[in-house]
Amino acid sequence: MAEALDHPHDPLAGMSTDGLRTPAVIAPGHDFNSVTDKIAGIVLTKRTPIGWFFGFAIAFAFLLLLNLTIGKLLLEGIGIWGNNVPVGWAFDIINFVWWIGIGHAGTLISAILLLFRQQWRTSINRFAEAMTLFAVACAAMFPLLHTGRPWLAIYWLFPYPNSMTLWPQFRSPLIWDVFAVSTYGTVSLLFWFTGLVPDLATLRDRAESPVARKIFGVFALGWRGSARHWHRYEMAYLLLAGISTPLVLSVHTIVSFDFAVSVLPGWHATIFPPYFVAGAIYSGFAMVMTLAVPLRKFYHLEDFITMRHIHNMTKVMLVTGMIVAYGYVNEAFFAWYSANPYEGYMMLNRMTGPYAVFYWSLILINALMIQLFWFRRVRDNVALLFVLSLFVNVGMWLERFIIIVTSLHRDFLPSSWDIYTPTRWDFAMFTGTIGLFLSLFFLFIRFLPALAMFEMRTIVPEAKLQGDHH
Amino acid sequence: MAHEHAAPTLHGLMAEFENADALVAATNRARLEGYRHMDAYSPIPIEELTEALALPRTRLPMLVLLGGILGGAGGYGLEYWSQVIAYPLNVGGRPFHSWPHFIPVTFETTVLGAALAAFVGMWALNKLPMPYHPVFNVPAFARASVDRFFLVIESTDPRFDRHATQKFLEAQHPVGVSEVAP
Repeated sequence: MAEALDHPHDPLAGMSTDGLRTPAVIAPGHDFNSVTDKIAGIVLTKRTPIGWFFGFAIAFAFLLLLNLTIGKLLLEGIGIWGNNVPVGWAFDIINFVWWIGIGHAGTLISAILLLFRQQWRTSINRFAEAMTLFAVACAAMFPLLHTGRPWLAIYWLFPYPNSMTLWPQFRSPLIWDVFAVSTYGTVSLLFWFTGLVPDLATLRDRAESPVARKIFGVFALGWRGSARHWHRYEMAYLLLAGISTPLVLSVHTIVSFDFAVSVLPGWHATIFPPYFVAGAIYSGFAMVMTLAVPLRKFYHLEDFITMRHIHNMTKVMLVTGMIVAYGYVNEAFFAWYSANPYEGYMMLNRMTGPYAVFYWSLILINALMIQLFWFRRVRDNVALLFVLSLFVNVGMWLERFIIIVTSLHRDFLPSSWDIYTPTRWDFAMFTGTIGLFLSLFFLFIRFLPALAMFEMRTIVPEAKLQGDHH
Repeated sequence: MAHEHAAPTLHGLMAEFENADALVAATNRARLEGYRHMDAYSPIPIEELTEALALPRTRLPMLVLLGGILGGAGGYGLEYWSQVIAYPLNVGGRPFHSWPHFIPVTFETTVLGAALAAFVGMWALNKLPMPYHPVFNVPAFARASVDRFFLVIESTDPRFDRHATQKFLEAQHPVGVSEVAP
């Protein structure tokens, strides 16, 4: 069986564990039917697992908290948040950067790993892309709501002919950000939907309920698996991957410009674009791990999300985490090497100031804790990896907190120094977006195939052509 | 069916195969036999069918290139027009046409234009969404999205002959051959 599993593109992809230390991307013994049954079964089952309701109820409670917070915010204004001069940016931008960063792993998996023919991406790309979409939705909320009255903010965010004949200021990185994030959201949606169509056709053809068949039928667009269609489909998929690759690198680069283009010590650094992109991928893979571990356990997907995936994700986290750690070293080095008293004080304040405990926590997590990923025994321990991935999520949130708050709260003029403390509404909004994210993710798992069925079919032995047809 | 008197009585003949190999082999033989109006259906993309069906190169990459150029030119044009002509504003003494500042947005609109062209272009060239297609009239075709492979020779093909074509398809070791109602 083992030798039949290999794939034309990647001779190592299907190798079993004997002889090689690399686990397979899909457990042996699967064929078109078993793959389809397993994945479509999660959606088409009449019995929703009780645990799903339990999880969704908790997530939905936090979503309601988000609604409450937004209601309060729109009624009273952004004064309900803790940010005020000199810390004009706080939770809103911390959470924005955190969520956008998380999204990056989805695009990396779906686009960049596709271009590099990394076959292991196949079983995790669909839900990672969904994660991207939901994360971008959460992220976009923060700057929009920070405007206080988003419906009035639209004329300086988006260029459209308005009655005041005003146009957005295109020299501002904040406008670049609007374009980067909206393009990113749009392209991610197109990519995700394109990938879904053949699977929606499968669900249409397998659903027993006429209502489900209608709904899946509408969204499947009449897909019939024609060779002519597949031909253009594969081309479009490849092109979208090629387009998304520079896009995903540009998005966090532009997010980092929000800071780097300013003149504030702690923000004005040339390391920011690569440092932010690496951090984004690092935190995103942590979130993929956080989602994949329970998903594979509760839906018994160990055959599809194998130890190969877990190992590879851990290794990506290790590499990108060390790039981030290099960024920390670089920041400290330049604070000293620049011989600029403001830069020097910024770094000293981070290490010994009022927020030092957060700074050292993030160093502990993002630079030291991840060294555990070197050990195979750690990479084999799924439960431990789940806990560590939660720590990475926290660590990356703390990183953004440190970058934003410690740089702002003590800048050039000591008379304007102040301490920033978030209010309970800051926390309500943050946990609320986590609720939104998880609610959307629960709905996604229940109503759409969480793994790409047609792509999974291409990695089973049955998909391999035997004869020479040329 | 209501329009039965006007439409041809048959869309074509459909052969069902168990695996991709059989489909590719049958498609190759049908092409050599001279059939042109035909299509193969499969639950996974099969590269070999491109050759077997003698499919032309798709125009999609050209569309995507055009979409990217239009997006980029549109983005830069919008910035130039709004910052230099419509609403010139002195920001830190920079020239109105401060082109380095215009690059990030130009890049993003290039990507957006190319991605929209890839998405819209692919579905448009595939003539999807399509609410009705005759192949779905065959009950067995429900497995085309799961684990079965199909070849349909359409009745519009000049070489199509109800009996000869059926004989030809049956000789390709299919699971079955069925008529496709229009």
